[in-house]
Amino acid sequence: MNAPAYNFAYLDEQTKRMIRRAILKAIAIPGYQVPFASREMPMPYGWGTGGVQVTAAILGPDDTLKVIDQGSDDTTNAISIRKFFEKTAGVATTTTTSEATVIQTRHRIPEAPLQEHQVLVYQVPIPEPLRFLEPRETETRRMHALAEYGLMHVKLYEDIAHHGHIATSYAYPVKVNARYVMDPSPTPKFDNPKMDDCPALQLFGAGREKRIYAVPPHTTVVSLDFEDHPFERYRHEAPCALCGATDSYLDEVVIDDRGGRMFVCSDTDHCETRRADGHRGVQPEALA
Amino acid sequence: MERANTAMLQLKDAAKTFTMHLQGGIRLPVVAGVTFDAHPGECVVLSGPSGAGKSSILKIIFGNYRCDSGRVAVRHQGNVVDIAAAEPRQILDLRKNTIGYVSQFLRAVPRVAALDVVAEPLIVAGVSRDEARERAGALLRRLNIPERLWMLPPSTFSGGEQQRVNIARGFLPDLPLLLLDEPTASLDAANRAVVVALIEEKKRKSVAMVAIVHDDDVREQIADRVVDVTKFAAVA
Amino acid sequence: MSMMDQPLLMTEGLGKSYGRQLGCRDVSFNLYEGEVLAIVGESGSGKSTLLQLLSTQMAPTAGRVCYRMRDGVTRDLATLGEAERRFLYRTDWGYVHQDPAMGLRMKVSAGANVGERLMAVGWEHYGRIRKSAQSWLERVEIEVGRIDDSPHTYSGGMRQRLQIARNLVTEPRLIFMDEPTGGLDVSVQARLLDLLRNLVAELGLAVVIVTHDLAVARLLSHRIMVMKEGRVIETGLTDQVLDDPREPYTQLLVSSILPA
Repeated sequence: MNAPAYNFAYLDEQTKRMIRRAILKAIAIPGYQVPFASREMPMPYGWGTGGVQVTAAILGPDDTLKVIDQGSDDTTNAISIRKFFEKTAGVATTTTTSEATVIQTRHRIPEAPLQEHQVLVYQVPIPEPLRFLEPRETETRRMHALAEYGLMHVKLYEDIAHHGHIATSYAYPVKVNARYVMDPSPTPKFDNPKMDDCPALQLFGAGREKRIYAVPPHTTVVSLDFEDHPFERYRHEAPCALCGATDSYLDEVVIDDRGGRMFVCSDTDHCETRRADGHRGVQPEALA
Repeated sequence: MERANTAMLQLKDAAKTFTMHLQGGIRLPVVAGVTFDAHPGECVVLSGPSGAGKSSILKIIFGNYRCDSGRVAVRHQGNVVDIAAAEPRQILDLRKNTIGYVSQFLRAVPRVAALDVVAEPLIVAGVSRDEARERAGALLRRLNIPERLWMLPPSTFSGGEQQRVNIARGFLPDLPLLLLDEPTASLDAANRAVVVALIEEKKRKSVAMVAIVHDDDVREQIADRVVDVTKFAAVA
Repeated sequence: MSMMDQPLLMTEGLGKSYGRQLGCRDVSFNLYEGEVLAIVGESGSGKSTLLQLLSTQMAPTAGRVCYRMRDGVTRDLATLGEAERRFLYRTDWGYVHQDPAMGLRMKVSAGANVGERLMAVGWEHYGRIRKSAQSWLERVEIEVGRIDDSPHTYSGGMRQRLQIARNLVTEPRLIFMDEPTGGLDVSVQARLLDLLRNLVAELGLAVVIVTHDLAVARLLSHRIMVMKEGRVIETGLTDQVLDDPREPYTQLLVSSILPA
């Protein structure tokens, strides 16, 4: 079995070239959704086919790949994508954020600050932030073209009217480079500030919707809000039960059938690195 | 001749014919050669039997009926406007600032309170709502419309009450030309007297009036001049 | 000559033909601020085509429509860019559809429906947007307590009043109305007409209203244009045209309505 079963990183070179052209255009127009000829991938839609195609198009033999799903390196989705590229591209993989050159993510931005040599690839289910209120694609495109974004505030208005505050907690709309309103994929709004002026290149791939968009390094990304209801980050008010971190995004974990729960870092690499450095949290009694 | 120059209203050979297209295009001549003046402070009463075209003449002056030929000159804010040739916009402006019309029947807007029906022309002319309502109330009181009715829509009123609301609406604004189509028709003696007094006050304010009245008694009290409309009868 | 003496909307020789079929032909008129113009005629008379031409939803095949913008400059609407045209629609113009569901966002609350135009022109203060929405709901006689309810829960008359509030919140100068009382019960119609009449007078709005209902035209409009087979066959003061109709067709229309 010497003949390679797959082309490097699965996709053929023409397809990768097509995707790279879309990526270049996306970088040139920050926040603008570039249509691309999304391919069938050997996994179902919703499993990150958009992100996988973007990763396949930018991956080189020297890259080190990290894949996270909701911050975790060891979920089925993260593992299968990691294995996919190990097998089809033979690239090195890692779970350590600082060691990765390409990080494909579903729904999180790592806690460790990203670096200039890194690329963050987001898996995007629905790229169109305006779709919630305007289902016509022809109309939303026109709205983007003319920068008519009043409708985004209508969505936030509805939040405040019904919940007393902006209840949107993930996929919180942002304005990129003071021009295009963009859906940051379903990351928690806690991560929104990390997108602003980020040294790493951020690429977004939506496979089913056939769209690619980008935030180039050091680009302004502003979360939309009202003057009297400013954007607020949200995290559970607790330290991580494992590493004691008070500044990371936490997942709530139910630990028994009596309502017991604990909060732990959603970014598993961040949490493990801290514990390796000697940080400890306070475990709930149920586990102690 | 000097008086002619001061006329508030001057009709010259005004004529009106209806063409009834739905009845095979028959022509119904109404009036022709209508020529008379009305001067400030003067009440001209049109006389003639029913169907002689008295109401039609008032409607021509108000711009409600088109004038087929001739001239209907009205002094309006320092100029003379010929209603027979005026643009709709000019006629609207005339109705707002120069010509008032008290018709026989009130064309009530549903739901609007009597007080507001009366006050509306003043508000349109730029008087504040509060002041307009206050003045409207004073006039309604004078015309013996009980205060408990003021906030009700006049469509629920009796004929006489409706007419008094209509009179109040017509007499309230200070317009220099007033057209009165049987203003006292269904009023009792007391209210007739109020209307006669109102007309006297308008005269003192130099308002020119053209009126149709069937009540001989009222006509004698208000008429400065009587114009016999039968001489304007059109020939088919 | 002051601004007010200049027309707000002007059309010259306006026409539209769909291939060989005629939409409307040679329509010329001026509309001034504070003036309500009713376009009446039966189905197929061209009145809806004309409304679409005036409101730039359709391009004419002949003639032009000009509008005096807020900066005082009169522009041929065909020369406006799409962004300018859409801005005009969100700010200085309103459009009241016969079916309120066409003019409302049925998925969001009444308050958001009214506030949308404000947010579209850059309002980013929730409290102020909400206050403005509340005061407009009051003006159109919708209980302020219903502000967070979806228009789905509103009656037909309320929806129509909501649509009107949504249009008026940016204080437009010109409103287009397409059979605004069309689908409503008679008693609901009367209330809406009365409301419209007051708002139009108070705000000094210019209105172009398309209706087949002469009673609506009489109550709301100053001027009227009667259309038949794509042409304006009679025009003038509303009460003059209705009380002294000249054209055979207008006489037929007027004689067809029951006395009020």
